[in-house]
Amino acid sequence: MTPLIIIVGYLTLLLGLGLGANRLLKSSSEDYQLASHSIGPFLLLMSLFGTTMTGFALVGSTGEAYKIGVATFALLASCSAISHSLCFHLLGVKLWTFGQRHGHRTQIQFFRDRLESDAIGWWLFPVLVGLVVVYLLIGVIPSGIVIQGVTRGAFPEVFPETAGGVPKSIGSLVVCLVVLSYVFFGGMRGTAWANAFQTAVFMLLGVVTFFTIANALGGPAAATAAVVERAPEKLVHRGAISQPEYLSFLLIPFTVGALPHVFQHWLTAKSASTFKLPIVGQPIFIMIVWLPCVLLGVWATSITTGDGSLMFPPGPPDAGGTNPNAVLAIMVARFTNPVLAGLLSAGILAAIMSSLDSQFLCVGTMFTEDVVRHHYGKRIDDARMLLVSRLFVVGVVAATYGLSLLPMPRLFRLGLWCFAGFTALVPLTLAACYWRRLTAAGAIASVATTVVTGGLLLWDSGFVKDPTYTFLGMLPIATMTLAATIAMIAVSLVTQPPSDETIAKYFG
Amino acid sequence: MKWVVWALLAALIVLHQLDLAGNSTTLIAGTLPLPLVYHAGLCVAASVVWFLATKYAWPVDDEPAGEEFDA
Repeated sequence: MTPLIIIVGYLTLLLGLGLGANRLLKSSSEDYQLASHSIGPFLLLMSLFGTTMTGFALVGSTGEAYKIGVATFALLASCSAISHSLCFHLLGVKLWTFGQRHGHRTQIQFFRDRLESDAIGWWLFPVLVGLVVVYLLIGVIPSGIVIQGVTRGAFPEVFPETAGGVPKSIGSLVVCLVVLSYVFFGGMRGTAWANAFQTAVFMLLGVVTFFTIANALGGPAAATAAVVERAPEKLVHRGAISQPEYLSFLLIPFTVGALPHVFQHWLTAKSASTFKLPIVGQPIFIMIVWLPCVLLGVWATSITTGDGSLMFPPGPPDAGGTNPNAVLAIMVARFTNPVLAGLLSAGILAAIMSSLDSQFLCVGTMFTEDVVRHHYGKRIDDARMLLVSRLFVVGVVAATYGLSLLPMPRLFRLGLWCFAGFTALVPLTLAACYWRRLTAAGAIASVATTVVTGGLLLWDSGFVKDPTYTFLGMLPIATMTLAATIAMIAVSLVTQPPSDETIAKYFG
Repeated sequence: MKWVVWALLAALIVLHQLDLAGNSTTLIAGTLPLPLVYHAGLCVAASVVWFLATKYAWPVDDEPAGEEFDA
């Protein structure tokens, strides 16, 4: 019961934070969506990092490290340390500059203006919203798993089917409602504050979790020694992954270059120099969060119970094995006291919610700006625009929540497909920023190719049923990104570029 | 200097892909596997390279002065 009380207390605190930000919210859609471009370097660092670290980073990384070992860090953390900052540097600063000069609030506004094309918006909108829904699932699903895991035994008579834990479906619903509330009340300002607060919470509590569990296992050295004895293959990269697949993993972190909610955070910056601290700090923050998570997952492979059997037996969950997504929550529940378990669970939820909030806000902003305002223009006032935005967000969240109740593949693999879609759009973003010859037809060809190749590969993989699926030895992300890039370049070179006026507007 | 920064960045990517310590069974301080320490080192090196990039390869040049790392 104690962990549940602490989690409820934490969620209430977040609501208070959203309400506090609401008192400072100016009654304009620009303040609601972009905090009036007032976010400084520290808040930008914390909110960007919180946004890019999802449940995938904490729950998924621990689960994947449990499955394949320390290679998880090389596959996603160290390459993210290089590529995230590259995206902030090459794309973030440039897009912020364009946004300031030309008044964009969304990616689609930028592409429509830069390419003199309405059609590119109608292609991008469903693709981006569809990918964000999958991304939302990566947060909504683990939030329920975490709450169920740490409340196990709290209500044995009410929820006997989950050993007394609050069922995943209820936990996910409560988290969705809390995040919706503070996003609605606080807008981007509330989201940025909540993100910064939650990033601090999950980083601090993450370190506390790590040392608490390490001590319970007899210390870091003893925990590693157990792995050397029982699962030494988890401590090296050999055999974990082939070289072509390893190469294709390098593309995954480029996802941040096309995420609509990251784009929206970029636009909140006070100045271009505001980006400098996030660019330098992101790699260090990634290391601080991923290193403990990966070690915990590796240690989990070799923890034994009183009778000498493995606490987390390998194999599929339906055959008596372990669900990798549940490893972190179970370790927290087993190896800490109830107060700490509650705090640590709040820390994990903080990581998850600090991404959900930005995603909720961005889908509302996209619908408002790219569909409603684009179609109705000044015929609809700001207050009504906010209402429409909020209703659309509720619809998207409801749909996501409904999907989260269906049987889902391993979180890590679901994430890889979602990231593949976003990364395939990064060459288009890069070309729009730096290549004058890019045309609307080339951009549409790139988006269409992403959808077609992604659909075909998804079908070929049995719709994520095969967790080890690769194409030509590489992750689908490589094929999708290459095909989208070729289509963009080839079609652009044989079609009419934007007018000289637009080129001059963007490239001087 | 700008090209040095981009060369260092390319070197980081190459070092990531070469994964020079990937098969080492050495434990640092009896706790941390060397492959993990190698990639943690790449994170720190990335931060340093990006610091240099903000100094010597900044993509825009119309910045108001005095706003670099203020919170």
